[in-house]
Amino acid sequence: MIILSAENISKTFKGLKALDSVSFQVEEGEVYGIIGPNGSGKTTLINCITGFIRHEKGKVFFRDKNITKLPPHKIARMGITRTFQIMRPYFSLPAYKNLVIPLWGPRARKLGGWRGGGKHGDRDTVAIDILEEIGFERDSRVPYKLASTLPTGYLKRLELARCIAMRPEVILCDEIFSGLSVGEIGGLIPLLEKLKLEGVTIIMVEHRLRELFKVADRVMALQFGEKIAEGKPYDVIEDSRVREAYLGSDEV
Amino acid sequence: MKRSERVDRGINVRSEGIYAISSLKEILYLAGPRMALVLILFLLPVVLDSVPYWKRVVNIMLVYSLLAISFDFLANYVGLVCLGCSFFVGVGGYTSAILNSYLHVPIYLSIPLASVLGAVICTLLLLPCLWLRGVYFAIITLMYPLLLTRVIEALNIFGGTNGISGIESLPGNDLENYIIIVVMLAILFGLRRFVNQDIGLVMRGVKDNDQSIRASGINVTWIKTQAVFIASLIGCFAGSYLVHLYIWAGLSLFALDFSIIPIAAVTIGGSGFLIGAVVGSFILVPLSEFLRFFGSFRIVIYCVVLTLFIVFKSEGIMMYISRRYHQFERWVDV
Ligand SMILES: Nc1ncnc2c1ncn2[C@@H]1O[C@H](COP(=O)(O)OP(=O)(O)O)[C@@H](O)[C@H]1O
Ligand SMILES: [Mg+2]
Repeated sequence: MIILSAENISKTFKGLKALDSVSFQVEEGEVYGIIGPNGSGKTTLINCITGFIRHEKGKVFFRDKNITKLPPHKIARMGITRTFQIMRPYFSLPAYKNLVIPLWGPRARKLGGWRGGGKHGDRDTVAIDILEEIGFERDSRVPYKLASTLPTGYLKRLELARCIAMRPEVILCDEIFSGLSVGEIGGLIPLLEKLKLEGVTIIMVEHRLRELFKVADRVMALQFGEKIAEGKPYDVIEDSRVREAYLGSDEV
Repeated sequence: MKRSERVDRGINVRSEGIYAISSLKEILYLAGPRMALVLILFLLPVVLDSVPYWKRVVNIMLVYSLLAISFDFLANYVGLVCLGCSFFVGVGGYTSAILNSYLHVPIYLSIPLASVLGAVICTLLLLPCLWLRGVYFAIITLMYPLLLTRVIEALNIFGGTNGISGIESLPGNDLENYIIIVVMLAILFGLRRFVNQDIGLVMRGVKDNDQSIRASGINVTWIKTQAVFIASLIGCFAGSYLVHLYIWAGLSLFALDFSIIPIAAVTIGGSGFLIGAVVGSFILVPLSEFLRFFGSFRIVIYCVVLTLFIVFKSEGIMMYISRRYHQFERWVDV
């Protein structure tokens, strides 16, 4: 069953075509990768789907519901969550309090957050549980440290944790692997697979193709805001246009 | 060589979560400052009984404390810098005056009613600006009191430049003091409790970054609306109290003083504590009374004091005191 579908999304920034009639459909429970060189419009696509910026043309459907014109918080409430490429934690709060906020949000309060927790004001403990799941050492002081003192690796994972806290149906990850060590990525991949088993649909914008291809079922390639290929990961990477787009960069 | 070192006092009250309180000493350590504040405030009217002028000053001091709390709350817990506290004072004051003088609502109803009604009016008027950020919101709030002043003047409504008189005065001398003392303490402690709850956390999140709040499915404008309502409720109460204290409401309720002094008070008291706002007002308002002896030179001295303060103790008094309270310094050999 198709859970998310984007139809002909176009977005122009002052004459610059960031997205040119991009369409794609994601199956429920699938891991869907989006690749493309820098500036090809991947982040913009996520912003359009989640309502953070308005696109001029095109429609977005979640299941059969048209969510094109909805504000971001309403889209998030439906279970479509996202991470930010430039991490946006609450710097002045301790790491675990960062998760109390999504657990306080209307979605988690109504349905229960991660694994149904956080419904009855037990948000602090649920927050610590999530942090442990995502690789913050429970018995260390890390979960209690101010977000402003945490290194990038932790902040990236905190972004993902914020999504998980909301008991998402769809997670759109914007380059969550970049800035992480190979070891840290190795820790995240089982988590992503576990989420997939639990039925969460994951859309991953990613530069680290090798790691992405370990988890992705299908991949789409963007270049200059246009979709140039879609299919099984290793088929897409064999595509001549994709090779051309990545030519000269050593990321493949 | 020696250098100073800061050491936490034995009682670890600053960790979050559960406190392990075992002895009376520790309870005193924790509750002491709070009890001292309550005690001092309740004793002030008794001590100053022979000098009614200074009893008045105490009232004004508390009015400014409320405004400073309101500013501190919005600026440091929600990230909305409101340069127009006098907007709240004016709206609350005029509402109370209209209710009491024109519609003959008795004082014990007009103050609470004006606080709530005024807060609703302020919130509705600020609603279109809530999506603005940083300096843009600040500028708009600075304009609002000016705008309302001109509207009242130009349309000659609500007594025009003469203001509204014939307002019921506050009952008895001591009660007049204790009303504002009790309300100030209730708001101070209530708000401190509020900001530490999860909703307070969300508000601080709005200050940190509202994008993540949106991504968490929370309506930022709605959160800001609630915060502005709370702040204007406090400000409108202050305005309404003032009107009944002076038994007159006029354009001076929108005066710049009500916007600037609270900000100065928060600056010297220490921002982001709420109690710092109170401490700052307790210093600034009496200071400005003392300086009356200097006539028009007063503003100069006032400004110099403020500047010195900001330069040499920019962390604010409360930060300094609480550090001294929770830690001690000692000299160690290096
Ligand atoms: N807010 C914006 N204003 C103007 N141009 C933008 C904005 N956001 C993105 N762009 C432009 O749109 C293009 C796509 O950007 P982006 O989606 O961030 O690419 P990617 O995430 O694939 O690296 C880039 O050329 C970028 O400069
Ligand atoms: Mg990007």
